[in-house]
Amino acid sequence: MSTNESTAANGARRDKAPAGERVADWADGRLGIYSLAKANMRKIFPDHWSFMLGEICLYSFIIIILTGVYLTLFFHPSMNEVEYHGSYVPLQGQLMSEAFNSTMHISFDVRGGLLIRQIHHWAALIFLAGMFVHMMRVFFTGAFRKPREVNWLFGFLLFVLGMFTGFTGYSLPDDLLSGTGVRFMEGAILSVPIVGTYLSFFLFGGEFPGGDFVARFYSIHVLLLPGIMLGLVVGHLILVFYHKHTQFAGPGKTNNNVVGMPLLPVYMAKAGGFFFLVFGVIAAIAAIASINPIWAMGPYRPDQVSTGAQPDWYMGFSEGLIRVMPGWEINFWGHTLVLGVFIPLVIFPLVLVAIAVYPFIESWVTGDKREHHILDRPRNAPTRTAFGVAWITWYMVLLIGGGNDLWATHFHLSINAITWFVRVAFFVAPVLAFIATKRICLGLQRRDKDKVLHGRESGIIKRLPHGEFIEVHEPLSQEQLHTLTAHEQYEPAAIGATVDENGVERKVKGSEKLRAKLSEAYYGEESQIPKPTVEEYKEITSGHGHH
Amino acid sequence: MSSQDIPEENLPAEQDAHGAVGVADEKDPFADPGLPPHEHRVQDIDERAARRSERTVAMLFTVSMLATVGFIASYVGIPHDKSIFVFPIGHINALNFALGLTLGLALFSIGAGAVHWARTLMSDEEIADERHPIEASPEVRAKVHADFKQGAKESALGRRKLIRNTMFGALALFPLSGVMLLRDLGPLPGTKLRHTMWRKGLQLVNMNTNEPLRPSDVAVGSLTFAKPEGLEEHDEEFQTEIAKAALMIIRIQPDNIKDKRELEWSHEGIVAYSKICTHVGCPISLYEQQTHHVLCPCHQSTFDLSDGARVIFGPAGHALPQLRIGVNDQGYLEALGDFEEPVGPAFWERG
Amino acid sequence: MKKLSARRRHPLAALVVLLLALACTGGLYAVFAPASKAQADETAQSLAIDEGKKLFAVGCASCHGAGGQGSSDGPSLVGVGAAAVDFQVGTGRMPAQQPGAQVPRKKVIYTQAEIDQLAAFVSSLGAGPNIPTEAQYGPDGADIAKGGELFRDNCTQCHNFTGKGGALTHGKFAPSLEGVDPKHIYEAMQTGPQNMPSFPDTTLSEQNKKDIIAYLNAVNGDDTVSPGGLELGGLGPVSEGLFAWIFGLGALIAVAVWVAARTAKAKKS
Repeated sequence: MSTNESTAANGARRDKAPAGERVADWADGRLGIYSLAKANMRKIFPDHWSFMLGEICLYSFIIIILTGVYLTLFFHPSMNEVEYHGSYVPLQGQLMSEAFNSTMHISFDVRGGLLIRQIHHWAALIFLAGMFVHMMRVFFTGAFRKPREVNWLFGFLLFVLGMFTGFTGYSLPDDLLSGTGVRFMEGAILSVPIVGTYLSFFLFGGEFPGGDFVARFYSIHVLLLPGIMLGLVVGHLILVFYHKHTQFAGPGKTNNNVVGMPLLPVYMAKAGGFFFLVFGVIAAIAAIASINPIWAMGPYRPDQVSTGAQPDWYMGFSEGLIRVMPGWEINFWGHTLVLGVFIPLVIFPLVLVAIAVYPFIESWVTGDKREHHILDRPRNAPTRTAFGVAWITWYMVLLIGGGNDLWATHFHLSINAITWFVRVAFFVAPVLAFIATKRICLGLQRRDKDKVLHGRESGIIKRLPHGEFIEVHEPLSQEQLHTLTAHEQYEPAAIGATVDENGVERKVKGSEKLRAKLSEAYYGEESQIPKPTVEEYKEITSGHGHH
Repeated sequence: MSSQDIPEENLPAEQDAHGAVGVADEKDPFADPGLPPHEHRVQDIDERAARRSERTVAMLFTVSMLATVGFIASYVGIPHDKSIFVFPIGHINALNFALGLTLGLALFSIGAGAVHWARTLMSDEEIADERHPIEASPEVRAKVHADFKQGAKESALGRRKLIRNTMFGALALFPLSGVMLLRDLGPLPGTKLRHTMWRKGLQLVNMNTNEPLRPSDVAVGSLTFAKPEGLEEHDEEFQTEIAKAALMIIRIQPDNIKDKRELEWSHEGIVAYSKICTHVGCPISLYEQQTHHVLCPCHQSTFDLSDGARVIFGPAGHALPQLRIGVNDQGYLEALGDFEEPVGPAFWERG
Repeated sequence: MKKLSARRRHPLAALVVLLLALACTGGLYAVFAPASKAQADETAQSLAIDEGKKLFAVGCASCHGAGGQGSSDGPSLVGVGAAAVDFQVGTGRMPAQQPGAQVPRKKVIYTQAEIDQLAAFVSSLGAGPNIPTEAQYGPDGADIAKGGELFRDNCTQCHNFTGKGGALTHGKFAPSLEGVDPKHIYEAMQTGPQNMPSFPDTTLSEQNKKDIIAYLNAVNGDDTVSPGGLELGGLGPVSEGLFAWIFGLGALIAVAVWVAARTAKAKKS
């Protein structure tokens, strides 16, 4: 169609809009997409690299789903025994389950199969690592505060479900390493008092290993858990849109606005582009680094094992718990209480719950019911930051415990000494980390205060007429002054009056006392440096004694 | 716990309390100066720079197209079992390497192009968007509460207790059918965990050679793994049986055996212990022949095989079960019964 | 088997083969020949023993006693056999440098001829396993897959899937099998050095040992292909997790920093 004709046609029939517009109109008439687009098309997102950590998770999740679907086309979730006759020579003629055999087939005889398998597994490790870092970002900046507590829980659930999806997936190839992991899981289930044996028999369809667990783990891995996760991811994203993104304090940024770039076009391009960047990086990693080489491990046999048997990193802390636990076992009335396994099994979720419930504890202590959209700098919430670092330390100590054999061989240490170190550090290290972090935060707060009151150290040394050397401090710009003083400071909550106006004494509840104590610990004199006041600032800047 | 009892003055002032936007006044030096003025990028004022950016973006997209062509070419052209040496990675599969790098490049270039485009050519003016409180206004709140009360009243749920109680009962009971359906996931444990395939008279068969063992085959300081006679790798139940029956055979100078029962149950210093760790069931077999310690590679439980296999370190709760062995009339090692206690990890009914 | 093939091309290879052949025939001769005809060999043998005894007195006797009967510092060597000497001295473990949880592999300080003399002396103290011949540990006639199964049955628990080594109690460790001479691997299985249990021919047949060595060479040799790329030490999920954190997430965060960074502003000139 020539240009002339088209303009003529447009002029003649006004309703003949461009095709895209007509499709949109059609869809709006049925789906109401315009109202949706009105609120979201020019949605503002603030720019900060740490706000993209969640996107890394989202995209690696999508990559996992895409590659996972491909893998299901070739994988046989069956434990029937077959003899291997593929192209990998050192396993020729070996007996193995069909699951292992088909994974070997994917790795060696499907072109690109190995690549997709490696992308799938690398993306899974990165997905969980990304969630961990994203969660820590949200934690340390206080982004979990009202109104985002529910989204914090969604995210936490995603992390936990991701761990189990990862574990079930890792078990599917039925190789010697993952089989050892499944055996560990069976032992842990057996330790549950009263019902453990039954649970184990129901999960494995009888005695371990039986012939069922691969098929059962398969449906859990590809259907049940990812289905729930997909729902949670959608909910998580809807809430991010609904709440609008948080932002760091700065000029023009208030609790009532959000400053950044619009979704269309900037974030559409940036976020869309970032998906390809994430996929590209993971594909390149899968091209150069091997992951889970099941052919080197061989098929699972319950009477074989390799040293250095570890789970994937996200399960490493549970491995640490079980490794350092003393072997306590109580026998009574014909029953056995396997504390050596059961206690770690109970602490395992508690480690995670400890960080999950923190936001609710903090909100109870502060009693703050307002919405918070401006992020804290970690130093301005010393107790929270210290708690977070203590938790990470705890987690890391357990990771060390989980890899104690590799620590031993690579640093020429005794495995027994490392185990004892972890046993002690499990209790001591978080406390030390808490104290150290808090002090560092307070030091940084003091530095900020000095900066506001005395200006920035310029590095210029001046000699005064009487011979004294001083460093010239440059006053900060108003933007900087605002940014450094924008944070909130709570005062410790006191227990309200215990005697009312009529002189009747009110009973003070234990919870109130506890809260007052906690509040004092959070916001007492020793827990925060009062931020500079206007008076202080004026006194120092107006005087000429300032240098 | 409500916050009503927290005095207002303990809560910090709202963040935007100090000063309205934009006025750098004398009174409050910390006031919010408002959004800084927008500064132009080179691309905004210099069309040549903008065109350079455009060319960069286009080049990245072109690289992506070429990489996709490379991907297809590698897929078709490279044999799937060809290996190449790539410094410093080593000997690797050529196809995996080529497919991964071309795919990675194709995807990365699209992403890099899009981001470069957004960063240099799309508007970078920061826009402030208003937030609105998440919670509803008091009027809406009141309306919803009223509506709910009206609905609840019309349903008469509160008044007609019988309906309410039976309904809750029905709703609470029906999931039980779902629980029932899970019953056939597996058989009941019974005493299966207490028994293994071993019984009196079964010969100990060397896993390596698949031949029965003679006492003279087992040297002091050696380590051998054995299975019960008649259990073959092709058997359907092999995995489940070997998971309980796997044996670890060692020989210790009888003088060095500290445990009296261990010596009794051994044959001339040849002792047979379960290979399955009593912690969570890993095949434990890291045997140190000088110390007679055996270590589990999974969780480092350590057992002393010269002293009744008692636990000397780590998370295991009890000793490894020992199999009582002797020699039959053909001179082969045989079991003198099943294990006296359940092998493998402890469980509630173990006792 | 790059090691072997490389050696085969070595100018001295012919000599080595010749020597081995001579040693074999000598050994066979010693076994089968009537005593009277073995006179000449016996003289050579006793010469070697004498030389070995001198070396032993200098390098070994301080711990193992002048007659190899052992002391508080070292075990008795009566009956350990030539294979044990060839392994311990040939991998540099002996003479030991210092007492410790375990005597590690280090630079070999004796020549093969001296090691043979030491071995001759020690085996004269009491019969024990002999130094294996290449026919015993060479790749000919080995079943790699069977070797893999045997390796997983007997070896992986300490030495890892592909022989990368692992930890034992109190600072002891199972060493990596990477780059270890097949002969030494054979001898280690036969004699059970230090805390390693022995796997004598009666329970792990000669063929079994040959299979294991062939498998090890297939999965941990110089030409072993790691199809997926970098092996990351072959240590399993711990090194994979570290790689995912440092290079995977690290690279992605670096990219995120670029995506979110402000674009450079035009300078006012």
